[in-house]
Amino acid sequence: MAYQEVTTIKPKKGWVGVNVKELWRYRELFFIFVWRDIKIRYKQTAIGVLWAILQPFLLMVVFSIFFGSFAKMPSNGVPYPIFVFSGLLFWNYFSVSLTNASDSLVSNENILKKIYFPRLILPLSPTMTPLVDFAIAFIVLIGMLFYYHFTPTLIGIVILPLLLFTSFLSASGLGMFLAAINVRYRDIRYALPFFIQSLLFVTPVIYPTSIVSSQYQWILKLNPMTGIIEAARAGIVGGKQIDFTLLAISGIIAAAIFLFGIFYFRKTERIFADVA
Amino acid sequence: MQDEIIKVNNISKSYTITHRESYETIRDKVTELAKKPFQMFAGRTHTEKEKFWALRDVQFSVKQGERLGIIGRNGAGKSTLLKILSQITYPTAGDVMLRGRVASLLEVGTGFHPELTGRENIFLNGAILGMKQSEIRKKFDEIVAFAEIEQFLDTPVKRYSSGMYVRLAFAVAAHLEPEILIIDEVLAVGDTQFQKKCLGKMEDVAKGGRTILFVSHNMGSIHKLCDSCIWLDRGKVVAAGDPQNVIMQYLDYQSKGRAIFTQEHQSKKKMNLRKVFLLDGRAQIGRLVNFDDDVLIAIEYEINQEVNNCLVWFTLSSGDGIEILCSTDYDLHPELKGPRSKGYYRTTAVIPKKVLSPGSYNILVGINSNNLPSETFDRIETISFDVVDNGSSPKAMFGEMSRSGFLQPFLDWQTQKVSEKTDS
Repeated sequence: MAYQEVTTIKPKKGWVGVNVKELWRYRELFFIFVWRDIKIRYKQTAIGVLWAILQPFLLMVVFSIFFGSFAKMPSNGVPYPIFVFSGLLFWNYFSVSLTNASDSLVSNENILKKIYFPRLILPLSPTMTPLVDFAIAFIVLIGMLFYYHFTPTLIGIVILPLLLFTSFLSASGLGMFLAAINVRYRDIRYALPFFIQSLLFVTPVIYPTSIVSSQYQWILKLNPMTGIIEAARAGIVGGKQIDFTLLAISGIIAAAIFLFGIFYFRKTERIFADVA
Repeated sequence: MQDEIIKVNNISKSYTITHRESYETIRDKVTELAKKPFQMFAGRTHTEKEKFWALRDVQFSVKQGERLGIIGRNGAGKSTLLKILSQITYPTAGDVMLRGRVASLLEVGTGFHPELTGRENIFLNGAILGMKQSEIRKKFDEIVAFAEIEQFLDTPVKRYSSGMYVRLAFAVAAHLEPEILIIDEVLAVGDTQFQKKCLGKMEDVAKGGRTILFVSHNMGSIHKLCDSCIWLDRGKVVAAGDPQNVIMQYLDYQSKGRAIFTQEHQSKKKMNLRKVFLLDGRAQIGRLVNFDDDVLIAIEYEINQEVNNCLVWFTLSSGDGIEILCSTDYDLHPELKGPRSKGYYRTTAVIPKKVLSPGSYNILVGINSNNLPSETFDRIETISFDVVDNGSSPKAMFGEMSRSGFLQPFLDWQTQKVSEKTDS
């Protein structure tokens, strides 16, 4: 009999690379997990997938009333609802992915302790599920663009996948890191909602970067979501040019976060089943 | 085909048991954190630690197509060993070499989602167990038929009865086709009927030439399924080899009861018990008796002065204390009711083979005089023994998971077809 695979199990120490070949072999499981999460997302709800429209839409309405009408927040000369909704689109993808990824190991603990598969699948697959919500919310945005008579620029549409990919890198990178810590310290569960809420204030979702004084601009720029949301707004809603330098910085930071997340995850992976 | 498919080289696994120091304060923690920011996450805090070795220098190898049973008490390291072989956790030292696709069943229904339907869970669970979607699709009907849940396929499994749930879970697992299958006691599921079906399926898998590692507390199924066996205790391999041999050693060690009872001479009594033990034809044996061997109980006693109308008796009771029978030495020998002179006596009683169900039994021996007022000279819990299922009991022969009752004789059943017609 010809054996295709020889597995060697040894004590693991130090930093470990990513076994891409193995990940590829388990791609079906990755998609099954994505499919499972989508399937169960709106189970036993009365209005089902409508929530994917209602959630960002209602948030947009609330923000428009309080920040747009009452606080008179500047919005680069575009109507505030469009301004805030285009920001929320990416922000929601980022925050939901991050939350799900951070919780992924703990919520799949029973599987983690009983079956082997590349553990990276767990934090990565829940960053795919919110893409469905993103797509639905994007349709709502298109409706709003029609309503306000805006035409997105061609370059805006072209870079959209790139922006989404950068959001994925940031969310999953941070998610893998937090998921690994969460296995041992469940504090993450309680700290994360607070962290995400705070992060919303250092991301130009409800305000434009222009209202932050230039000496503190660098703080915003360290946040990869800043470049993403700014570029998305400039490209889709218009009002100003896309700042490619800022976008490049965001891309580099997002990639760095992703790599750090993946390696930290791989390094701590061996103890997951023991401490979960 | 005698290649080694699994080779385990001196693996050890230690867990650290942490005792937190009581004087640790938040301030200490914060200063410590400030000094070494990532220490907290690496888990190297200043707490007292103790190492616990779940496995110590375990070494064995398994050949292609071999079915290895692993036995041992709870906490002996069996599950840790399986977890290492399934790559769920890593050894602290040593290494393991595996050839081929490994599937481990440490639990049935891993990853089942209550909100999803039976159909959906078959695909989910199959994928988690390492089956390809195309493979699942091909075996789908077979799985459904095996689980007997056809009409509930599109019902969320949270509405399933526990029996249906387990059946579905096992059905998926049973259709895995890896080169190496690792199983942890999953057979103990479902009702008797289904357990039988599961065991049958396992045998099919075993006969298919697959290599199987099987942990169980059920010596009967280890004996039936496996062609070699290792006994783990406190993280070490205590014995390895032929299953029957290893199981015998294990049970012998396990049982706390005595196999031999002895007592000093007591001159004040008219009669006294000296020794009780089991016999194998001629020689004295340990406390293990095969189902298909006679149980010979030998009782030695002394008569210190002549007695009339006395008897020696014993009761046989089950391991949990239920009395099964009482027997006396004069039952078939009424002449013993007469006088017995001074001396050292030995009497043996035979409990015929293929009667007692596999299990543990205790022997209470008594020596009485039947005169009025009756006098009890000795009445002592003496020995215990185990009837071991070596595959010859009806239960084992037909692969049943359990059969109630203390006795398991082969009764003479005669079955004929009386008529072609039924009464309908």
